[in-house]
Amino acid sequence: MASLLGVLFDGLAYGMLLFLVSVGLSVTLGLMNFVNLAHGAFAMLGGYVCVVLMQRWGVPFLMALPAAFVASAAAGLILERVLYRRFYRRSHLDQVLVTIGLVFMAIAVATWMFGPQQQPLRLPGALSGQWTLLGVDLNVYRCFLLVVGALLAWTLTLVLERTRFGAAVRAAVDDARVAEALGVRVTLVFQLTFAVGCGLAGLGGALGVEVLGLDPTFPLKYIVYFLLVVAVGGTGSLKGPLFAALLLGVADVAGKYYLPQVGAFILYAIMVLLLIVRPQGLVARA
Amino acid sequence: MTGGHGNAGVEEESVHVGKTVGRAEDVVKVGMIAEMSGPFAETGRQMVNGAKAYQKVYGDSAGGRKVELIVRDSTGPAPEVAKRLAQELLVNDKVDFLAGFGLTPNALAVAPLATEMKKPMIVMNAATSVITLKSPYIARVSFTLAQVAAPLGTWAAKNGIRKVYTLVADYGPGIDAETAFKKAFIAGGGEIVGEVRTPLRNVEFAPYLQRIKDARPEAVFIFLPVGEQPVAFMKGFSERELDKAGIRLIATGDVTEDGQLEAMGETPLGVVTTHHYSAAHDSAQNRTFLKAFAEVAGSDFKPNFMAVGAWDGMAAIYEAIRRNGNGPIDGDRALATLKGLKLDSPRGPIMIDPETRDVVQTVYVRRVQKRGGRVFNVEFEQFPSVKDPGK
Repeated sequence: MASLLGVLFDGLAYGMLLFLVSVGLSVTLGLMNFVNLAHGAFAMLGGYVCVVLMQRWGVPFLMALPAAFVASAAAGLILERVLYRRFYRRSHLDQVLVTIGLVFMAIAVATWMFGPQQQPLRLPGALSGQWTLLGVDLNVYRCFLLVVGALLAWTLTLVLERTRFGAAVRAAVDDARVAEALGVRVTLVFQLTFAVGCGLAGLGGALGVEVLGLDPTFPLKYIVYFLLVVAVGGTGSLKGPLFAALLLGVADVAGKYYLPQVGAFILYAIMVLLLIVRPQGLVARA
Repeated sequence: MTGGHGNAGVEEESVHVGKTVGRAEDVVKVGMIAEMSGPFAETGRQMVNGAKAYQKVYGDSAGGRKVELIVRDSTGPAPEVAKRLAQELLVNDKVDFLAGFGLTPNALAVAPLATEMKKPMIVMNAATSVITLKSPYIARVSFTLAQVAAPLGTWAAKNGIRKVYTLVADYGPGIDAETAFKKAFIAGGGEIVGEVRTPLRNVEFAPYLQRIKDARPEAVFIFLPVGEQPVAFMKGFSERELDKAGIRLIATGDVTEDGQLEAMGETPLGVVTTHHYSAAHDSAQNRTFLKAFAEVAGSDFKPNFMAVGAWDGMAAIYEAIRRNGNGPIDGDRALATLKGLKLDSPRGPIMIDPETRDVVQTVYVRRVQKRGGRVFNVEFEQFPSVKDPGK
């Protein structure tokens, strides 16, 4: 029983990590329908900002996280103006090509600036170690990830579904021309949404360093995971990717624990199954 | 990673030591194929700097002839790229030696070319046992995983460890390490209570760690390739308090590799590993090596066993040139020199086995300890003259 609960906890925490590193892509690809394969590059930027702030300037981890969000959002804002904006109406293939090019550029720049090695991250004492509850070992950082992920999902859903800005985003995505005619400043809305998506990528990257590591190949190494969550979750809402990430996390951890010989494939088996059953994703666009 | 088109910058980096020399036969060319970009770029940088450090100390000529190092980027585990680069080096640059090779697939792809062209091929790192069997012109100066994993099995059994759980990365070197460790450990009276092979792209060790913890072994033996995986495993190991549950961690030296040891923080303290080189090895030759490496690569870049492999590879090549006499480098003659060659390496004495052309060396048992505020692999026991048990 204890081991079952332990596996469930680890799985949910791992799923939440998947959600956190992918939620930015749910915004740019899911909501804005822009194939932003460079999502991982923004995540990597957030990771490096976090690590550099902590190492060189002794900034505490919890302060470095918002800084990672801001830095990636700012980079997203600038790139949106000079580059991305021109590709909104282009074909998905064009978007894939330009963003994968960005990934390679980001890798080269990161290697040049920081070298090819892994970057160390020292968590504050309060976030490391573990608690034991009812015989189950709860890793403190994983608890932290669960809380942050839940808060983030709740806030984003609220913003998207209950605020005027959220309505503007959904309207702009559904029909930009009509939205514009109704007084929605589509350009601005897109710009802000894109920046938020990139900021979330940066935040996810910074939160992920502890588990995923950080080196210049980060954007390519984990691209499959980002896409997996968004593809299985479906576009158009943030609930889909959240459920998808949690489901995949639990399946992956349980697979590795109970069937270590084949465990690594279970993640992909689940993906294939879910996409056969629900090709539009768990929560499809209305 | 960049499909072989991104290596222009690296080619610029070639060390054109022989520029001022007039007659072609006065220059000996060494074509070095290394991973200079992509996820294994660290390997390539270690090797190239190790080779340059050797040239800095012993000069850029051997036996009165200039030694020119030509570096080519294999971009990662890319056998087809390595093969093409080797062809270019042999045909266009007319190199006399092939050298480098951080990864097994690249070395295997080039082996038939070495045989065909009768050119000595010095493997400076790639560590699966099978490589030297693929061409009579291959000599290896690095190590094999079986060579360092087997002594650990013997050591563990001798030191009161009875039950071990093994965890290795699921690819050639991982399986080599697992097989050699198990064989030696069981022969010493130990028992394997569980084993698992993890995927190469694994990021989440939590379920494996939990499984190991539940199995309650006395120690867990691991091999994971240098990179984020050993770091992730170590973090998880201490976070899940496997150490407090009385489980010891033993590993091959790749896991606590010198270059990244400091990035791991306090976690690896006390971990016992076996390997052929530690930056903390106490010898005049090692001090010379460390000093030269810092001068070539800067003091921020910490050398590891890969840099030593390249240093020793250059030492072997220099000796082969010296004993070649005048006239073009003769591949068969070079191999005759290399077979049985003894070198004073920064890691200690090494020899190239005349039978297998594989390295014979001391394997050290080390413990991760703090020394003067820095973390090192401190050697405390040794197995002298270990041959590769994988053959």
